[in-house]
Amino acid sequence: MARRYQVVYYHRQLELGKIEVDVNGETARQGWRKAAMRVLAHAPTAEIGSRLDQIELPAHVQLREPENGLVMVRGRVGGDGAPFNLGEATVSRAAVRLASGEVGFGYALGRDREKARLIALCDALIQTEAHADLVETQVIAPLRKAMAASRAQAAAEAAATRVDFYTMVRGEG
Amino acid sequence: MSVIELSAGFSDKVLSAQSTFRSVMEAIARPGSLHRVTTGIGAVPGLMPATAAIALTLFDHDTPVWLDPQLAASGVAEWLKFHTGAPVATESADASFALVTAGASLPALENFALGSSEYPDRSTTVILQVESLGDGRACELRGPGIDGVTTLNATIAPDDLLERLAVNANLFPRGIDVVLVHDDTIVAIPRTTRLVGG
Repeated sequence: MARRYQVVYYHRQLELGKIEVDVNGETARQGWRKAAMRVLAHAPTAEIGSRLDQIELPAHVQLREPENGLVMVRGRVGGDGAPFNLGEATVSRAAVRLASGEVGFGYALGRDREKARLIALCDALIQTEAHADLVETQVIAPLRKAMAASRAQAAAEAAATRVDFYTMVRGEG
Repeated sequence: MSVIELSAGFSDKVLSAQSTFRSVMEAIARPGSLHRVTTGIGAVPGLMPATAAIALTLFDHDTPVWLDPQLAASGVAEWLKFHTGAPVATESADASFALVTAGASLPALENFALGSSEYPDRSTTVILQVESLGDGRACELRGPGIDGVTTLNATIAPDDLLERLAVNANLFPRGIDVVLVHDDTIVAIPRTTRLVGG
């Protein structure tokens, strides 16, 4: 249950940082990175990996080896939204630097270090002129599509079980 | 300095940190003897490989680090922050560790934290990069961890460092521990080590 809440919370945070494509190029790129992270954070590791494999990757070093750690998950409660510490969540993180200098950071819930590494790599690639479009079309877009489809399916399955309680209205008198 | 210029950390965090820790521990247990720190670590501007390895192994967010003016002006503080999370101490007396690359900028030893009688461990460990270890002026050392007398050949700046460390004799159990570094070699002079005839 707690884990489920964390995921929801995490997702909410990502949702709140909704993308604003600004006239300022830097902000647009930030938004692009944010949008990619939103997808990658929920995508299965194998999916990201197999899609990245199809791209010719530039040389890169691991600035920060993938590692596991804990972060405090904070929630809000009550009418005034007072913050409270919900508990700690396991997080994996990594940092990758491309030969051209771009640094990508990856954070993912759970102990999947490979996922954090792949996310960091994607983040770095998105910042380059040469690979940004390729990563967007080959990796992010298909994953986003798959995610939207599975969500739509879950919503449809839930909607199919909807019951209208109009017969439950009690006839008075 | 932006994050883009940062150097990488250990290639294998756990094993590298363990082996570096072991080297430092052996060095402190056997003062005056040479120990090698061999880890896969990229070049960090301003730091010798062993210094960088010690930093990644021993520093964390609970250990304020004092940098000599030369290092403070370089990007090392950023590198330390990214990889270790260690805060940089502006006063040498607040520091758990001091990184000194040039002997000339080593302040008077009394300016470092000396610990208290209740907590002698709360003193500064000085990590000093020197010109040469195994070559240079011969010093005879004695103390715990040394069978009789051992000879250390080293070119250290400041050249009267070992004499200055005599303050440790009166301070005990408080005092300063020093780790000398050259390239990938380290020698420790803990607070119990004395210069023979000094």
